[in-house]
Amino acid sequence: MEELLSPEDARLVEGLRNGDEAAFRGVMREYGSAMLRVAQMYVSSRAVAEEVVQEAWLGVLKGIGRFEGRSSLKTWLFRIVANTAKTRGVREARSIPFSALGDDEDAVDPDRFLGPEERFPGHWAQPPEGRVLGAEAMHVIERAIERLPPAQRTVITLRDLHGLSAEEVRNALDLTETNQRVLLHRARAKVRSALEEYMR
Amino acid sequence: MRLDRELACRDIVELVTGYLEHALPPGDRERFEEHLVFCDGCGTYLDQMRATIAATGRLEPAALPAELEARLLEAFRGWRPA
Ligand SMILES: [Zn+2]
Repeated sequence: MEELLSPEDARLVEGLRNGDEAAFRGVMREYGSAMLRVAQMYVSSRAVAEEVVQEAWLGVLKGIGRFEGRSSLKTWLFRIVANTAKTRGVREARSIPFSALGDDEDAVDPDRFLGPEERFPGHWAQPPEGRVLGAEAMHVIERAIERLPPAQRTVITLRDLHGLSAEEVRNALDLTETNQRVLLHRARAKVRSALEEYMR
Repeated sequence: MRLDRELACRDIVELVTGYLEHALPPGDRERFEEHLVFCDGCGTYLDQMRATIAATGRLEPAALPAELEARLLEAFRGWRPA
């Protein structure tokens, strides 16, 4: 029944079914804050978003016994959160936040200012298997993400930090393929640019 | 997106996410890769993007607010089959 699930997912699902609190903590550590982030994109306040997560969690518990692993655990989790949030968002008569990308007020990508003839100086490039960025650089990344407009921050966090696929993010946030990519692009460009400034 | 024969560095910067997402039409992908062959700067830019993505992936996910997690745990314990 669960042979389509990764071993990690299968273990978490089994643990949740058995009421194992270690599995609970595992799911919350991996996806808890991401669930809250997704909810926040659909409803107007943090308090309501927390209620959405609670309600969605009850839905997860209700459904976990029948969960067949046709999708990954996170795909399933985020679908429940998104559906719960959407219902709640409609009740709040709030429009879906991503129309017109939502984030248009923010400045043009720093990277767009590069002139056609300019070349990147390239002093901090490193091969992917190269040295790991230090703690301070990691902090620069964290701060750069915090400063992003909400939709960009949500997309980069779900994609690059929680490791959701483009499709998973599109489904969780009701985004078109293009909008998902534009938001991700703007977010990554700003984070890269913050790192470049730090490395300079 | 329709592009002329040759991509400028500016275009590379705009297309890099599409390239990394395997979302460029074949012709654009080819031109993108051609540009990288002769432009070290854009090669570096692509490496930096990859390094940025990899580093972001090493950040710890934020914790849920403690009292929300406590409420969820309470629900979990209440539901618990045993
Ligand atoms: Zn170039």
